[in-house]
Amino acid sequence: MGFSDADLAAIGLTLRLAGITTVLLLFIGTPIAWWLARTRSWWKGPVGAVVALPLVLPPTVLGFYLLVAMGPHGPVGQFTQWLGIGTLPFTFWGLVVASVFYSMPFVVQPIQNAIESLGERPLEVAATLRAGPWDTFFSVVLPLARPGFLTATILGFAHTVGEFGVVLMIGGNIPGVTRVVSVQIYDHVEALEYAEAHWLAGAMVLFSFLVLLALYTLNPTARRKPS
Amino acid sequence: MNIQTKHMLLGVAALAASTLTQAAQVNVAVAANFTAPMTAIAAAFAKDTGHEARLAFGSSGKFYAQIKNGAPFQVFLSADDTKPAKLEEEGMTVAGSRFTYAIGTLVLWSARPGFVDDQAAVLKRGAYNRLAIANPRLAPYGAAAMEVLDGMGLTAAATPKLVQGENIAQTYQFALSGNAELGFIALSQVMQDGRISGGSAWIVPGNLHQPIRQDAVLLSSGRDNAAAAALMKYLQGDKARAIIRSYGYEL
Repeated sequence: MGFSDADLAAIGLTLRLAGITTVLLLFIGTPIAWWLARTRSWWKGPVGAVVALPLVLPPTVLGFYLLVAMGPHGPVGQFTQWLGIGTLPFTFWGLVVASVFYSMPFVVQPIQNAIESLGERPLEVAATLRAGPWDTFFSVVLPLARPGFLTATILGFAHTVGEFGVVLMIGGNIPGVTRVVSVQIYDHVEALEYAEAHWLAGAMVLFSFLVLLALYTLNPTARRKPS
Repeated sequence: MNIQTKHMLLGVAALAASTLTQAAQVNVAVAANFTAPMTAIAAAFAKDTGHEARLAFGSSGKFYAQIKNGAPFQVFLSADDTKPAKLEEEGMTVAGSRFTYAIGTLVLWSARPGFVDDQAAVLKRGAYNRLAIANPRLAPYGAAAMEVLDGMGLTAAATPKLVQGENIAQTYQFALSGNAELGFIALSQVMQDGRISGGSAWIVPGNLHQPIRQDAVLLSSGRDNAAAAALMKYLQGDKARAIIRSYGYEL
């Protein structure tokens, strides 16, 4: 007993999805977090709320809207067809787009909290030393907010690995393309293959535990849930 | 408390008790493909018997797992005949209660009018972006769809374009939203008032796949439930059978 080839393919695919999503989210999420942490604009509330939506929405809601929006009659689908890349549901990149939305708050909020907790002082000091904005970001903000970035990276990755409802709605369960671990476990359970389900499910529990253990031991300040 | 009030309260309690025994409730686990006909049957059942059938829709595999783990269902309408038989073997059902309530009809359907003709030419030519089927490992309609593709010698050509729904309801959603131009679904999903309500379809001849026998079974927890017994009987009656047929099932 152990993992079948299909199980291993699902594991590989899941890690690839989570890795790409996390890298993209660090690029997309950092400016959003920066803006949210520093702005006094009226828009802070609405934008923060939109970013946090996946925390409270059932994944089926997100999956359903994405399926319709990215479908051939939806606005995103019309746009991707106009670009000549077809429609996104049932493709790996469709899952990446969905995961970026789905895991956004888990990356943005820890970074935002870290930047907010820096306060004005380090930035003012950097400014008096004539550091430019990019220099300030890389020499001052990034090192000081490192725990926030670490938390964001780990949570974004782990949360994407644990994604299920959205993938089920827009994935189409294609081996090697959209059949991730959580869907594979679901299939095992549905097909009454409980022994196979136990192997993968046990691996997920172990993985999640190790990730959180690493997070809490490497990064003791991250013990709060993103809020 | 005076005697009059006491009598009145007793009367209220007696009334409540009598309505409870007359109009019982039954929780029914219903395979996704049978959603529309069962909703109609439950309405007729409530009108004719006063009992209430509370319906849960989903995939048969999930219901099987839930029933084995103590889910509060008294009647199980499966999408196949193997899961009810398995529950029977495992002693989870009332012996002798199992029967075939419907035989499913498979249809190749597209949301686009005129896209599918009665010869399934579009399928043979391969002129479509994606073909949605229910997961053949889990859903009998999916297994039947694979059998049809095999029989037509189209498996190799169709495989790269296959997308799977976890049950037949999701498969229909993929086809309805246009994300898949074609879908093998249950005729009952697109049948309304005895005819196909939209898009275009090829009703798959029954000789191209094993019959999709859908069995119902009375679960052990429903042994003493009056509404459950009444529903099992009602499903085999003429009225229910007429409804079932009107959604494109064989009997």
